[in-house]
Formats: sequence, structure tokens, C-alpha cells
Amino acid sequence: MAVIQFREALNQAMCEEFDRNPDVFLMGEEVAEYDGAYKVSQGMLAKYGPMRVVDTPISECGFAGLGIGAAMVGMRPIIEFMTFSFSLVAFDQVVNNAPKMLNMSGGQINVPIVFRGISGPGQQLAATHSWSVEALYAHVPGLKVVVPTTPYDAKGLLKTAIRDDDPVIFLENEALYGNKGEVPDEEYLIPFGQADIKREGTDCTVIAWGQGCLAALAAAEELHKDHGINVEVIDPRTLRPLDLPAIIKSVKKTGYCVTVETGYPTCGIGAELAALVHEHCFEDLDNHVIRVASLDVPIPYSKPLLHHVVPNATRVADAIKKAIYFNG
Amino acid sequence: MDPTHKPAAREPAVAKQTASGPIRMNFVTTIVEHAPKVEPSPSQLLDWYRQMSLIRQFEVKCAQSYQQQKVGGFCHLYVGQEAVAVGTIAATRPQDYIITAYRDHGHAIARGMEIAPLFAELYGKATGCSHGKGGSMHFFDKSKNFLGGHAIVGGHIPLAVGLGWAAKYRKEDRVVLCYFGDGAINQGSFHEALNLAGLHKLPCIFLVENNGYGMGTHIHRASAVTDLKLRTGDAYGIPGKEVDGMDCLAMYHMTRDAVEYCRAGNGSLFLEVKTYRYRGHSMSDPQKYRSKEEVGRFQEHDPIGRLEKLLRAKSIIDDAKVNALNEEIHQEVEKAHALADGAPFPPADDVWRDVYANPYPPYLKR
Repeated sequence: MAVIQFREALNQAMCEEFDRNPDVFLMGEEVAEYDGAYKVSQGMLAKYGPMRVVDTPISECGFAGLGIGAAMVGMRPIIEFMTFSFSLVAFDQVVNNAPKMLNMSGGQINVPIVFRGISGPGQQLAATHSWSVEALYAHVPGLKVVVPTTPYDAKGLLKTAIRDDDPVIFLENEALYGNKGEVPDEEYLIPFGQADIKREGTDCTVIAWGQGCLAALAAAEELHKDHGINVEVIDPRTLRPLDLPAIIKSVKKTGYCVTVETGYPTCGIGAELAALVHEHCFEDLDNHVIRVASLDVPIPYSKPLLHHVVPNATRVADAIKKAIYFNG
Repeated sequence: MDPTHKPAAREPAVAKQTASGPIRMNFVTTIVEHAPKVEPSPSQLLDWYRQMSLIRQFEVKCAQSYQQQKVGGFCHLYVGQEAVAVGTIAATRPQDYIITAYRDHGHAIARGMEIAPLFAELYGKATGCSHGKGGSMHFFDKSKNFLGGHAIVGGHIPLAVGLGWAAKYRKEDRVVLCYFGDGAINQGSFHEALNLAGLHKLPCIFLVENNGYGMGTHIHRASAVTDLKLRTGDAYGIPGKEVDGMDCLAMYHMTRDAVEYCRAGNGSLFLEVKTYRYRGHSMSDPQKYRSKEEVGRFQEHDPIGRLEKLLRAKSIIDDAKVNALNEEIHQEVEKAHALADGAPFPPADDVWRDVYANPYPPYLKR
């Protein structure tokens, strides 16, 4: 197995799907001649040419809509948002045209499109550039929302996303792009709606994805080392569809549950997960679900303030201790 | 009402060169070269007359059904604008993509959709063209390359660019005909879409049905520049041309030229069609923003009446034939309405259908 970066895993996924299906193309700001704002599409223009790797003007509504139109007649566009904070300029296209076309056309026209790019607070980009959009998009019937944590997940899930017949929101993270991990040499796909137990444990279930999942794993490691607490970290990998049976199974085993997200607590994914866990595991729980999220304020620029607002391993560890009534 | 906004005199649509600037001049000459004018045959003319009459009777029945509360939601009628859909679509080929906004009944009928599934869609029935999920504003027929029926003003214009992109990418011989109203001209999506179409020289015809009003707001109160054909040439390299939308023949000739222009790989075109709707913006519009006299002025240039006059002059129809045709259409409309009226509503479980194309885990049905 090769050890590659997260961004390389995405690049491999796209290249393999480009080779497999001539209807796949990549379009977005700086994806071609600049080789990708975050180098995810590095080398693709040279390999596939300007009809398949297409630079766009700064015109999110326009090129998101262009992708949807092309998908309506069977093409398989990958639309890169330089960040999903900019997808909000194209919100109508993403939440109306893409996910509702199949339904409103009485099943005649599906929209096999992938919107991908970074989401979540980056390096001091301040409030407008720091959106964690998973709750916004997971709210919409017709969309699928995918958040990979590792290079392995990134590659297998992106290949599935490109082959999926529905619109997929594929959320990456700047902080993860340079992370390395093992990726099989042979082809593989990861189905949607299958959670992955990132760390097995018996004392508390932590549900986390993407950037938050890494914080959760760090917290779990720390709690094990310092206190012998065995935390189970479950990564849904896709938030819509959600692998509810896997979550229920884990919580029934541990009796405790913490959720972690870089998005906001109000109407966030954690709120949804808490409701589902309470609904399905009420009698197995020894405490209510505890949510860890960004503080309910615009994401600040100043570094110490940013670190105060966005969840980190310490906050997750504190939440786990609180959840299991651990006072050590 | 803008005094300049009135049906132009009958003349070849390409002969009047009022535009200035190299791009627009080029447009006028280029498209004339591309499509030598071919006069439609008597049977074509008669067919268009029939289609326009069918649209009108369909819409009149819609209005009745709306008042009887058989139709819910918003319902935007096409009465007065029939020549636009019929004349333009007559100049397209089956493989060309048609996409339009929410005032979509006329385009759907002109594209050859059966009217019973349209009535059924309006009535929210299972047999509707969109299975009762879309209603008046969301007619679709993929088999006829009729790709909606879109209700967010201007939101579908980028989709048209994507259809043009797909055609160019696959090297297919197709053009896209994208309709919208003058109200959509000021949406950002319009400008982003036209920039992309101009940039990539996509085979798209953008056709604004300028009926003078965006809902109840006159174009002079909404647009800084009201000569719409001027708004894309210099800005996006997409030449524009004005056409008399109350004249089915002018629409046909202009669109035929435009289709040839796009097919030849020249890029996109913008057609400003001057038209008028006799009914309100939607069924719930009291029309306080215009006078009955204004509506009457336009009705004097009624597109169906104009074509009828031409057909009579060419001895293609007479009183007896007109009456017979209208009676035949009346029967067709009544029959389709009755069929839709008697059709079942979709079962409740149908709400789970067509949310996703790929199967969705059953435990998430809630």
C-alpha cells in the first residue's frame, strides 16, 4: 500500500474516474492553469486538456449552474468551489436546481454532479471565509453530504461520489490536505451511508468527521494514555445518508455519546445526532448527549480568539470526561 | 406604458439594422448568410395556427379550472405570447434543447407535449407530466428535450449554458433555446450565464420574452437600460437582435437564422422578443399597474388574429375551416381536462419517490 497525501488521494480519484468515463470533467476557479488553488488538481490540465479541466471566471452561480445543466443531460461534472464559503454565492443553484430536479421532473431528470472543495475554519480567514457548511447542505432533501477524514476515505468516497446519480456535496478541509495515509494500490470504492469506526472503545462514543474527527482521535489518545479511558470514535463519513444503525450500535455498547463538529451548535449536525441518539438509545444512555461545536459566534480572525472558538482536542476531552462523569 | 413598446409593422425581421457597433453589425449579416429565408408551406402555417389556438384554449381552460380551485399555487398564463413559443420551436429540431421559466405552458405545448398530462400536472394528479410534484411552473418532458419549467427567476439560465456546454463537449449537433422574461434580465444569474456562454462560444440562444412587466413592475422602473438587445453584445460578446413577438412568422425566420448561426459554431445569440401578455402576471394579479386600454391596444395586434388574416389571404382557411378547427380544439381540450380531472391523486407514499436516483436507506424515511 502506498502512503500518500489527502490531496493526492483526491487527485487519484478524479484521474481514475476521468480515465473510466469521458463524461467526467472538472470545472472551477484556478483548477487548470494554476494547477488548483490547493493543488488538488495538479497535473490534470496537462493530462486531460482544457475541455476536461476548465478554469472559470469568479462566477460561482454561473459555473455551478453550468455544471447542473450539463449533468441534466448525463454528463458527470465535478465542480470545485475554491472554498464552500463561496458556494453560498451559488446557493440557489446548489439547493434548488441540483437536488430538486429529479423530484420536480417526476423522476425524468437526475443530476449526477459533485460539488467539492474545502469547508471549515482555516488559517485565520475570518467569519465569511470560515463556513462549515455541512449543516446547511445536509438540511436539503435530494443532496448527499460527504466528509472524508483520511486519504483512504477521501479517495474511495470521491470515486463513489463521481459515480453517484445524485448531487453530492463533498467537503474537504485545508488542514487535512497535507495529511498522509495508506491507500490501496488496487481500485476501491467506499459506499455512502457506511460509518467507519476510527478507534474502537467501550467507555464513550464520539461521533466526529473531518477536522473534528482528528480532534476526537487526539482526545481519545490522550484520555487513554492519561486515564485509561477507552473512547470509541465513529466517523459517519457521509452525513446524508447517515449510517444510523452503526451509531445506535456503538452508543448501545458504550452508554455515552459526544458529538464533535466545527460548525455551529444551533441547529447543527450535533443537534440532529443528539436527537437521533436520544430517540433510538434513550434507555441505553447513562447521560444525555454532549455536543462540542464552534462557539455560536462569527469565526474570528485573531489567532487566540479563533482557537477559543473552534473545537480542539482539549475541548473534546473535557466533553468526554463530563459525559462519563469522570472527575480525574 | 412605454410608447415604443408596441408591435412593429410586419417586415422581415432581419432587414432593420438599428444596432450599432461591429459585433451587432456582424450578427445581422452573418445570420442572414447562414439561413436563406425559406417560406413555410401552407400546411406548416396551418399547423402553427392550430398550435397557437390550442395554447390559447388550453390557457382559457386553465383560468377556469383555477377559479374552480382545481389548480393550486401560482399559475402564469401565456395568452398573448403564443406566437413566440410556436414560431421559435417550429424552427428547432427535435434534438435541440428547450428550457424555459415558469410561464411554461405554451412552450410545452409547442414542443408537442400531450395536453392531458399537462392538465393532470396542474391538478396535482399522479398522471401529471411531473407526477404532481411540480405543478404549473414545472412541466418537463425529457423525451422531447423539453427540460423544464423553472420557477426561480433567472435561475435556469446557467442551466442552459450547461446544456450548451454538454453539446459542445460531446460535439453534438444541438443548440439550446432558453426562454426567460424581462424580469430575469436583472438577476445576477443571467449575467453570469451569458458571460460563460460568450466566453466559451456555446450554441445557446437566449430569448427574452419582453412583455413589458416583471410581475407588476414596468421595465422602465426596473432596468437602467431598457433596450435589452444592447445589454449583451458589448458586455459578453453575444450579439442581440429585436424581434416582433406578436408575429409568428418573424419569430420563425429569426429563430431559424439563429439556430443556423449557433450550429455553425459562431457562439451564442440574444433575441429580444417584444411581446405582451393579456392576462395578469399570475392568476392572482389584479393588474392595477396597467389600463384596459393598454391591453386592448395589444389585442388589436393579436398574434393568432394576424396569422389567421394571413391564412385567409392565402386562401388556406375560410370561416368554415376556422370554426371547425376551433371546435376540434375545444373538444380536445375538454377531453384532456376531463381525463385529468378524473385521474387519481398520487398515493401518500409517492412523496418518497424520486427524492434520490440511487437507493436511499429506508431507516431515514422520516
